[in-house]
Amino acid sequence: MELYSRRRLTNWLVIGLSVVATAFGLLWLALVLSTLLINGVGAIGPSLFTQMTPPPGSSGGLLNAIAGSLVMTLIATLIGTPTGILAGTFLAEYARGSRFGEVVRFVNDILLSAPSIIIGLFVYEVMVVRMGHFSAWAGAVALAIITIPVVVRTTEDMLRLVPSALREAAAALGAPQWKVIVMVTYRAAAQGMMTGVLLAIARISGETAPLLFTALNNQFWSGDLNGPMANLPVVIFQFAMSPYADWQRLAWGGALLITASILVLNITARLLAAWSSFKQ
Amino acid sequence: MSADTVIAREASPGRHGALGDVVFRSLTLLFALLVLVVLGGVILSLISGALPALEHFGLRFLVTEAWNPVTEKFGALAPVYGTLVTSAIAMLIGIPVAFGVALFITELCPNWLKRPLSTMIELLAAIPSIIYGIWGLFVLAPFVQEHIEPALIGTLGAIPGIGMLFEGPPLGIGVLTAGFILAIMVLPFISSVMRDVFETVPTVLRESTYALGATTTEVVWRVVLPYTRIGVFGGILLGLGRALGETMAVTFVIGNSHHIHASVLQPGTTISAALANEFTEAVGDLYLSSLIALGLILFVITFIVLALAKLLLIRLERQAGKAT
Repeated sequence: MELYSRRRLTNWLVIGLSVVATAFGLLWLALVLSTLLINGVGAIGPSLFTQMTPPPGSSGGLLNAIAGSLVMTLIATLIGTPTGILAGTFLAEYARGSRFGEVVRFVNDILLSAPSIIIGLFVYEVMVVRMGHFSAWAGAVALAIITIPVVVRTTEDMLRLVPSALREAAAALGAPQWKVIVMVTYRAAAQGMMTGVLLAIARISGETAPLLFTALNNQFWSGDLNGPMANLPVVIFQFAMSPYADWQRLAWGGALLITASILVLNITARLLAAWSSFKQ
Repeated sequence: MSADTVIAREASPGRHGALGDVVFRSLTLLFALLVLVVLGGVILSLISGALPALEHFGLRFLVTEAWNPVTEKFGALAPVYGTLVTSAIAMLIGIPVAFGVALFITELCPNWLKRPLSTMIELLAAIPSIIYGIWGLFVLAPFVQEHIEPALIGTLGAIPGIGMLFEGPPLGIGVLTAGFILAIMVLPFISSVMRDVFETVPTVLRESTYALGATTTEVVWRVVLPYTRIGVFGGILLGLGRALGETMAVTFVIGNSHHIHASVLQPGTTISAALANEFTEAVGDLYLSSLIALGLILFVITFIVLALAKLLLIRLERQAGKAT
């Protein structure tokens, strides 16, 4: 009987610890989000979206940083999405089971988890040094390089989920393979691929490290893509590390803004994915 | 080659779509090659940027602690040490917690709760690292300084031997706090891989073990873990790869000091934190090149860890493919 009670005790202990671990994980999510809300809500107001980043000691907003982030994210998405979708198409449609496809997939997965600061260094070497100055273009390219592996991965996964019967039916009607892919396979996988793009945008919206040495920062409004451009993550970094209370308040406001948009993007992507799998 | 590609290819020759097929295939191939080019470019640019420093300091660069921009003496030992120690702390805390979470989600939790719970844990991975940084600096560091560190100094610090790990004044900012934040950040990565591989265990295996009278713990320990150990290890390496390269969260709370302390309560630095803090302010070619050399070291370490993780997970997929 002693053996049984010991086994039962161990079991309860392990179950208890695993519940504690789960609660521990959720606790941090709750703590981080609630701190953001408490500190950030006060900073969010009309001035945040209408005024420029201020010098220390005066009031202002984050307009130039928000605009800069939007511009660079947009350019990065425009470069990264087609690139990622085409490379993912190659892996899913033309390279199944081939050696070369495996190498590309492997390299892509390495890039997917590679430290983003290394991507920043790379773009610094290739673009900033060559051009002689920091620029929004360099920042956008760094962000694009981060989106590509995410899009490649989800595109490949989603295309593989499309049933072969669909492709065969289209091919049997006489459609060439590229038409089958573009008009049938892409359509069937569209929602899933969209999920990948949304997740990629969410990923780069908060990326700071690759922008530090590429887009740098700019205290003023700038429409010049060839010069340094303000962006939310780097402004948050600079303002949060500063000793000025005004700047820290703006940093919290920006942090709440970024997190809220990322969470919205993430949840939308998940709902989209759930909806498309439900339809199938 | 699968059946559908064969059919599609045989249908196309001589038809109006043949040219389109060649063009489209080449186009996708081109962009697939671009992925390889990016990785190649990263490696080449890091090596060429790091060359001046590596030529100047030689292999001593790896074992020198000095980091002095004024006398231009640079060594990678302190940042490399900091990177490894913070990641070790992250793994020490992160792995058991991730295991607990995965166990709860796959074995214990009711079905309706699985999806929302996994999503919430995965949202931890969606929060950008700068948010962890600002939160760590303003919330976690003061808390650690006031509550956790005095307790550690009072209890573990008094034990001879390991006491030296917990010496010094409680600063809040330091290696321990950085490692702790990293643990929270890698938790979702490890636990989601663990959850996925746990779910690959055939229900028959689980049920037959339960039928023999095993408890949940015994099922997990004797059946699920042995069945999935390669995948679990791959997931841990994936998390480790993240922890090693994590930048912003660490930069906020580690204190950026190029000295090696035995005590984890003291400030330190990591490769990525040194890069984030100093790169744009570095004057002089040797300083810049030394920083890029740090980046190269980080890349080599993470590359090895991630490649190993991928190879393990690929092997696992092959096995699963053969089994079914």
